Amino acid sequence: MLADKDRIFTNLYGLHDWGLDGAKRRGCWLDTKSFIDKGRDWMVNEMKASGLRGRGGAGFPTGLKWSFMPKVVGERPHYLVVNADESEPGTCKDREILRHDPHLLVEGCLLASAAMGAHTAYVYVRGEFIREREHFQAAVDQAYEARLIGKNNIHGWDFDIVVHHGAGAYICGEETAMLESLEGKKGLPRMKPPFPANVGLYGAPTTVNNVESIAVAGAIMRRGAAWFAGFGRPNNVGTKLFCISGHVNKPCNVEEEMGITFRELIDRHAGGVRGGWDNLLAVIPGGSSVRMVPAAQIIDAPMDFDSLAKLRSGLGTAAVIVMDKSTDLIRAIARLAKFYMHESCGQCTPCREGTGWMWRVLTRMAEGRAETYEIDMLLDVTKQIEGHTICALGDAAAWPIQGLIAHFRDVIEARIDRYAANPDHDGAVARIAAE
Amino acid sequence: MPKIKIDGLEIDVESGMTLLQACELAGAEVPRFCYHERLSIAGNCRMCLVEVKGGPPKPQASCAMSVNDLRPGPNGEPPEVFTKTPMVKKAREGVMEFLLINHPLDCPICDQGGECDLQDQAMAYGISKNRYHENKRAVEEKYLGPLVKTEMTRCIQCTRCVRFTTEVGGVEEMGATGRGEDMEITTYLDKAITSELQGNIIDLCPVGALTSAPYEFKARPWELRKTETIDAMDAVGSNIRVDARGREVMRILPRTHEDVNEEWISDKTRFVWDGLRSQRLDRPYVREFGKLRAASWSEALMRIAQKFKAAKPERIGIILGDLVGAEEAFSIKQLAMQLGIGNIDCRQDGTPLGEKGGRAGYLFNTGIAGLDDSDAIMLIGSNPRLEAPVLNARIRKRYLKGGCTIGVIGEPADLTYPYTHLGAGPETLARFVDHTPATSRKPMFIVGQGALARPDGAAVLATIVKAAKAIGVIKEGWNGLNILHDAAGRVGALDVCALPAGDGGKSARQTLEAAKAGALDVLFLLGADEIDTTALGSTFVIYQGTHGDAGAHRADVILPGAAYTEKQVTYVNTEGRAQMTARASFPPGEAKEDWAILRALSEQLGATLAWNNPDELRAAMYRIAPQLARLDQLTPADASALTELATVDAKMSAEPFRSRVKDFYLTNHIARASKIMAECSVLKTARQLEAAE
Repeated sequence: MLADKDRIFTNLYGLHDWGLDGAKRRGCWLDTKSFIDKGRDWMVNEMKASGLRGRGGAGFPTGLKWSFMPKVVGERPHYLVVNADESEPGTCKDREILRHDPHLLVEGCLLASAAMGAHTAYVYVRGEFIREREHFQAAVDQAYEARLIGKNNIHGWDFDIVVHHGAGAYICGEETAMLESLEGKKGLPRMKPPFPANVGLYGAPTTVNNVESIAVAGAIMRRGAAWFAGFGRPNNVGTKLFCISGHVNKPCNVEEEMGITFRELIDRHAGGVRGGWDNLLAVIPGGSSVRMVPAAQIIDAPMDFDSLAKLRSGLGTAAVIVMDKSTDLIRAIARLAKFYMHESCGQCTPCREGTGWMWRVLTRMAEGRAETYEIDMLLDVTKQIEGHTICALGDAAAWPIQGLIAHFRDVIEARIDRYAANPDHDGAVARIAAE
Repeated sequence: MPKIKIDGLEIDVESGMTLLQACELAGAEVPRFCYHERLSIAGNCRMCLVEVKGGPPKPQASCAMSVNDLRPGPNGEPPEVFTKTPMVKKAREGVMEFLLINHPLDCPICDQGGECDLQDQAMAYGISKNRYHENKRAVEEKYLGPLVKTEMTRCIQCTRCVRFTTEVGGVEEMGATGRGEDMEITTYLDKAITSELQGNIIDLCPVGALTSAPYEFKARPWELRKTETIDAMDAVGSNIRVDARGREVMRILPRTHEDVNEEWISDKTRFVWDGLRSQRLDRPYVREFGKLRAASWSEALMRIAQKFKAAKPERIGIILGDLVGAEEAFSIKQLAMQLGIGNIDCRQDGTPLGEKGGRAGYLFNTGIAGLDDSDAIMLIGSNPRLEAPVLNARIRKRYLKGGCTIGVIGEPADLTYPYTHLGAGPETLARFVDHTPATSRKPMFIVGQGALARPDGAAVLATIVKAAKAIGVIKEGWNGLNILHDAAGRVGALDVCALPAGDGGKSARQTLEAAKAGALDVLFLLGADEIDTTALGSTFVIYQGTHGDAGAHRADVILPGAAYTEKQVTYVNTEGRAQMTARASFPPGEAKEDWAILRALSEQLGATLAWNNPDELRAAMYRIAPQLARLDQLTPADASALTELATVDAKMSAEPFRSRVKDFYLTNHIARASKIMAECSVLKTARQLEAAE
């Protein structure tokens, strides 16, 4: 278990002052100038050495991402874009950072920008985050006032932060769609290549990072890469915010060491599974986009990128959705399918047409109003979407359904059989006829 | 040059090519819906997926990936792409299935049927069974104006139309609203599209979502006889295909010609076909007791012969219209010469072009394709958006590429690209006469008839040449003086010298003045309608043409001719490119091809023209104007002759330049006979009035 002294987000629960004074008391903005003075290469190498993997879901090494930015600033300026469009169902870590520890993010933005030669950072805040944006904007204003950022600031790196408020589209959390949205266009993901590090915001080299990845940068540089790399297991190091929701006794956000087992995470922080461990049915360990894992496989699994990938799932955003045996899994996944149908941007054919198809089939399956062969057909449809689209939303829509079918096919079959065996469908036929 | 292996075949490709282009080069067919060579890449239909060896274990959109993005194998072997593997086949089948699940099964009543990309590709790459048993989506109809009919349930959201109107058309009026399944293509405010090129989205639409409204339910593609010919609605000489069923032209489509119209045509070109049916002159008429009555050919010709013989040659005038082919212009010029008539002119609008300066003095000297590498363009008295929309789109394309400054002397109008408005007329132009040479490498002037078709036209032209020399538009090895004509037949007629005789022949302007003053006995109008026919006094007027327009209304004898789709004639476009039309259908009733009418008339007049068929006519014509024999070739004109243009010493008036085209949709007698064009014109006028408020 992570010791209190090793926590980065010391005001995660908003018990203390979120403003500049409070943040400084908690160690933020300490020695910031010295890191910038050590130069770009040092900062990037420090991040690489820390082994930090992107906290937005895909787990791409952050230091490596920063190093993709051109070494010399050419004709076009470099930009940092911070993805605060946190909309993944189950995920609620970035909002806590924005409203309770905003200065960690402001400081991280400055450091990250200095590390990649950017003088401007755009922070794209989710449309529904009103208070979060206000807090963060206030923190930015405080930083400007204290000359921590801005022109001729005390850190010697001219730097501006633009807080942009989104309009509440999940797809704008996709990095290239976010760039389009920032440019004032419809949030449609761009094709890659070219990657944002070459052609990003306004055609300029851009790095898009998650809030959490940026917010931990200050702490990593202050306390050293080795300190951060000391947590967890190789290739899956550091501390991580877990968002525990669902059928646990005390749902919560908590910062923990990577690789903590699921059992320990739940027992220590969430008060255990509702109705005891025997009542656990399945877990979606990384936000709605990853495949669910049945109870038996997850209970003692370490919560990190590689271990969960081995279970054909993923750590994603570490939004742990716990489902006990009272859960109607088919309905749950059908609801997620509806979410993806609603949030598909409509650009690529497979996702535009497929998400609606899957939702419709799942809705029928939840009732049992389907044929057994349709399970395989549904699986085939998910495969036809997965990997065939511009962005990963197609994959994200397909995986939860694949997880359901992989682990709980028998549940679907039983539902279908029950429906078939019950020809008047509990009076439904008569009811419809009467109408 | 990178090497790439496609389906095992190694080829060299140009750097920057897309995989799709490379695949085509290697002979591998790649299906696509959203990709189009002339539009930006959207990559959203996902039909063009291919397998890339060594890449991620998922198919790649070949339209969006450059050959440069591929990495060679570990030992430096060229990257490999496969288009026929099971992975690709499965991916295509999947995408096709998704496209079809919400596509209505209404092919039997769809106008796109038979020439539908979705139909064809579903046959080639789809699966034949249906697994989708949910309800299909239906989408509300959209209003795009009178030309493009929508059936949006059929839309597959490829966004070609959106990209075309935005990028090529230059009007940001179409877009996609909604998300996911609810994404709909629409004009944002349900208003008609204002682009003069909007008809092209009908061709671009790979399905039957956007179809031609006037052609709706009229014909099936396999019933139509397709004739490849040339357009005559403007002086661009767009390459078109005329589809006819029986005698009726059912629709007009563009053909690709990279140096002329690429693959676009204007709405007037595309939708004018209903004008070929109405108001047609289908038999000769003679006027008796103030009224026209039907007559036989021999009677009409005899009546003309009487009048010609009774009048002195200097009291006879001939004016040629805008759609006259080079053969006809040549015929009538020869006839006039044999009869000693000097008052013949093909410039009914009164421009001074062709009198001096040789061919270079009336051509678009850089060629239309020359726009692509110009770096400074000055538009003088021209609104190319109305005079030649396709050419205007090319200017816009040049602008989008960057590095080209555009200036305008004349009316400030919405040209679909930004420009610097330098001034309104001659005064501004005069300031450039002693301008320091421009730094641009290939500067050009585009001179519209608005600057020239005015009483002081010769002086304006002289000033333009002087300014061109000062600025460097005309310099060693570069002639950037471009005359933009608005009449399809003008350059051809100038090439065969259908101009007033040197010894006191009257120009069109002078001829009309003479008629008004009673100094003219006979006036022969060869398809000339854009003159003031109410002020011809008591002159005996002969009109040879196709439509009951202004000229025919005033005429004392009418000879029914053939329209541009009904005869084989040469049109020379504004850049001097001779192109020949082909006959797509026959002229109505007793109407005849114009060369034959003139040949018959010459016999009646006792001055028989020396040819019995079009081939002999052309052979004679080519002796005078050999460049016309070189079909579809550009013969550079000698720029040194331009010097004599600058010698004119007359004063320009202060009158600002105004484009000659007041109403884009009604510029010639065919367009004026078209109901569709009339509807467009009304809509546009209403829009202008609304904007004026």
